[in-house]
Amino acid sequence: MKLITAVIKPHRLDEVKEALQAFGVHGLTVTEASGYGRQRGHTEVYRGAEYTVDLVPKIRIEVLADDADAAALTDTLVAAARTGKIGDGKVWTVPVDEAVRVRTGERGADAL
Amino acid sequence: MPPGIQTLADGLAAKATLSPADTGFMLLCSALVMVMTPGLAFFYGGMVRVKSVLNMLMMSFVGLGIVTVLWVLYGFGLAFGTDRGGLVGWRGDFAGLGGIGLTELWGASGIPVYVFAVFQLMFAVLTPALISGALADRVKFTAWALFTALWVTVVYFPVAHWVWGEGGWLFRLGVIDFAGGTAVHINAGAAALGVLLVVGRRIGFRKDPMRPHNLPLVMLGAGLLWFGWFGFNSGSWLGNSDGVGAVAFVNTQVATAAAMLGWLAYEKLRHGAFTTLGAASGAVAGLVAITPACGAVSPLGALAVGAVAGVLCALAVGLKYRFGYDDSLDVIGVHLVGGIAGSLLVGLFATGGVQSTARGLFYGGGLGQLGRQTLGVVAVLLYSFAVSYVLAKGVDRLMGFRVAEDEEITGVDRTAHAETAYDFTGAGGGTVHREPAASPGGPAPLHGTDTEKKVDA
Repeated sequence: MKLITAVIKPHRLDEVKEALQAFGVHGLTVTEASGYGRQRGHTEVYRGAEYTVDLVPKIRIEVLADDADAAALTDTLVAAARTGKIGDGKVWTVPVDEAVRVRTGERGADAL
Repeated sequence: MPPGIQTLADGLAAKATLSPADTGFMLLCSALVMVMTPGLAFFYGGMVRVKSVLNMLMMSFVGLGIVTVLWVLYGFGLAFGTDRGGLVGWRGDFAGLGGIGLTELWGASGIPVYVFAVFQLMFAVLTPALISGALADRVKFTAWALFTALWVTVVYFPVAHWVWGEGGWLFRLGVIDFAGGTAVHINAGAAALGVLLVVGRRIGFRKDPMRPHNLPLVMLGAGLLWFGWFGFNSGSWLGNSDGVGAVAFVNTQVATAAAMLGWLAYEKLRHGAFTTLGAASGAVAGLVAITPACGAVSPLGALAVGAVAGVLCALAVGLKYRFGYDDSLDVIGVHLVGGIAGSLLVGLFATGGVQSTARGLFYGGGLGQLGRQTLGVVAVLLYSFAVSYVLAKGVDRLMGFRVAEDEEITGVDRTAHAETAYDFTGAGGGTVHREPAASPGGPAPLHGTDTEKKVDA
């Protein structure tokens, strides 16, 4: 089992969600996040005082996938999130030991 | 302003009977001026950080309590009682607003003394609230309340008498202040400077970002101020029989519009963006500047007053970073600078055809009026600055004006008011309701279980 984590531009969330649903993903977790990469921050002005805002708003998506699906799912996600401009974000994958569906107690791939 | 600036009106028609129209109009104007204080609270409250917005709101709002009580007891008498040496007034009848006849009229106007007293009360409430913008995030609420009470007593009530009271010394000299450029805005701005020297900067000033936490609230406040200011300015004529109040109304709108555009234009050129904070601030700067001038200038003059004030105040708000004083919400940059600009511009743009025959430099009046205006500005500025500094020092000695460092970092909302402004806990839950102690022995113990656990989700 794999945990795929993606940090993407907020306005790509709908496309990514649709793409994952089409792929057959049954559930995912979305968090509002902030951070910076090569895009860096932006400048805001309040009564002439300029503030550099380092952290840019992002969306973090977490989705569990069977080992066999993980690579294809990652590709689908990346394709849906991409705009081609700086700040598109990152996707990474880590192995997961166990997953349990809370309601039924099902484990492993059955819990996905 | 009444009664002496009414030189022109006095000549036209001396009213002797109660005017129902003027009385109704002035009661509505009083309500309009009242709403400026909550408006100011929102204007300021949106500009501070999220941890002290309630404190900022309260510093304005509590004035509606404190100043109202003092005004009834002795404030009205000190400001508008029989003149004593040009410096202060007193009339025993006014104490407690007791000995005033139901239909006793104020001076040559057609409104009852009661109406004048409540209209002027709203000005007295607003003025100390303006000072609070300089003191965001870091003063003890009790110290602020005490300072408010002392300040209106020693500074506002006498200065209001100087400028508007019959026999007040600035008033007799012919200083024009239609609705409060000196008595309200320069007074509050200079006081802010005096108090700042005692209170000092916020922790992290010039280092940490101190962005406004809620700009829509700032816009809402600016809108309410703009709305209420029509009562503030046009009501200051106390009646409608000669059209002066209408000119004041028009000038208020025109100058505010010009100042907002002036600030926005400056900001776009200098910083590359039209900001909402700039629009709100520019509007307030225009309102401040036209306050002393709205009964003396033509609408074109008001356009000039507004445009000058908008650009000048936009420049002035940057000065605090250069000089290192933490005028947190720019009381000095907007109210002191705007008040001075408006008061002095009367000396240039007074047409001689509205509230009085006094003409400014550009209307063939020479430098005389400009000189009188300068005197009024300097007198109020120096008195307010010096006395406010001394009062703030006294309060600081007595009880400490500032909160402790850890309280300032935590936020005065929690430490002084035991509240937080916004509930961001989307998941609800987690709060435990604590009953007040049944015995005076101390706080009730936390029963961690069942019934007292509140789960909102």
